Amino acid sequence: MTSIGTGYDLSASTYSPDGRIFQVEYANKAVENSGTVIGLKVKDGIVFAVEKLIHSKLLVPEANKRIQTIDRHIGMATAGYLADGRQIANRARDEASNYRETYRTPPPLTELVTRLRLYVQAYTLYSSVRPFGCSTVIGAIDKNGPSLYVVEPSGIAYGYNGAAVGKGRQLAKTELEKLKLSELTTREAVFEAARIIYLVHDDAKEKEFELEMSWIGDESGGIHLPVPKDLHQEAEQKAKDALENFD
Amino acid sequence: MDHFPTNWGRPRNDAQDLYNTYPLHQRPNNTPKDVFADGVQRTQQPIVTGTSILAILYKDGIMMAADTLASYGSLSRFKTIQRLQSVGENTVIGASGDMSDFQYVQSILEELMIEEFTANDQNELGPAEIHEYLSRVYYARRSKMNPLWNSVLVGGKKDGKRFLAYVDLLGTTYSASTLATGYGAYIALPLLRSAVEGREDELTEEQAQKLLTDCMRVLFYRDARSLDKFQIAKVTDEGVVISDPIKLDTTWGFAEKIRGYGPQTQ
Repeated sequence: MTSIGTGYDLSASTYSPDGRIFQVEYANKAVENSGTVIGLKVKDGIVFAVEKLIHSKLLVPEANKRIQTIDRHIGMATAGYLADGRQIANRARDEASNYRETYRTPPPLTELVTRLRLYVQAYTLYSSVRPFGCSTVIGAIDKNGPSLYVVEPSGIAYGYNGAAVGKGRQLAKTELEKLKLSELTTREAVFEAARIIYLVHDDAKEKEFELEMSWIGDESGGIHLPVPKDLHQEAEQKAKDALENFD
Repeated sequence: MDHFPTNWGRPRNDAQDLYNTYPLHQRPNNTPKDVFADGVQRTQQPIVTGTSILAILYKDGIMMAADTLASYGSLSRFKTIQRLQSVGENTVIGASGDMSDFQYVQSILEELMIEEFTANDQNELGPAEIHEYLSRVYYARRSKMNPLWNSVLVGGKKDGKRFLAYVDLLGTTYSASTLATGYGAYIALPLLRSAVEGREDELTEEQAQKLLTDCMRVLFYRDARSLDKFQIAKVTDEGVVISDPIKLDTTWGFAEKIRGYGPQTQ
């Protein structure tokens, strides 16, 4: 980046002459280096899948989860700094709980995303803080049915039918575009999600990864839960087989 | 002792004012800082109330019964109020006393269960934990001289273990194989004890249900704040089931022979 050394990247409260905020762009870089996260909004639910890169064999399997639960019906997965992702999840839980206390009804995802993006955006305004180094894929089944959003470090949030962030997002997006998301069931989407994560994983660069998956759908009772062990294994196996045939 | 001489008032001897305290126009302000302190009110009595809760252990788990009435004084104000509430997969609570306080307790339990769910550690609070939590809530509130005016029964079955315990507005707790709150503690509890104690592992679901129904009938005859519509909750290995409202069949043929009730003039 030519901007380095010009002094416009020293603070998130300084624009460059061509109207960019470099600290926010660096935050996006942190997200781009992370393992891929995808979210699928299908006919009757939401599926999250994460390519969790394992940087040490000494780590306990299944520890350091990248998928988190916000409310019974709301789940999210983060790409980028895990610690920042946890901070956002904690804030999202507080907001969800606060909404429930005020309105005595489960928070709709649009409302939660609005509050969350304002929080994330506030961290792009001051020289004393840095923007969040993570993108959040957040989904729920609420009174309006399934919905899926991505909150970026800049504080912008877009709604998606299929979302992908992190290293393999380009390939994952092309794969997602091939699917007929609105006709898929949540169960079918689990298999597709596992397949895409295995497809975008780059063996050459990163050796180990763990597939993390969760869903919200009729089969989980509208509640955000990890994909059941047997289904997870079946999907993972199919994904590996598909990859071998592909090669 | 008050260490502000200016608060000591007029000196005993007008001729000698040793500490130069009188008259002083500027006095230190030692009155309560909170201007609304006099306006703060605490719960003095329950307003909309529920009556007895009954609960027993039986072979497969626990069973709890409560009528569906919320009274406003002696008026049967709300006749379709559910006073049994499931909390998580393995627990049911039943409350007598102030129904608005119970609704508040329901809301904090809901918040608690969501907080625990989002932890995503595959653990769920069981009846023992919920009872302990409630006892701390009730005791904390009585210690603020602002009690939540309830007697609550907590029952459940988790990991094959039955649990039944009581907690009230003072934070008092105890556990037994049969429990009852309110009027039921006087009238139904002896009946429940003689039927259940020593037979907790033999009592079948049908027997338990009949026992509670009979006790609810006795209570309806004798408790002026009760209703002939009630619900039964059971917690077994299969989880919590709360029945639809059940109507009691009652006989009132004897009533006309009671002096002051029937048509007698003398």
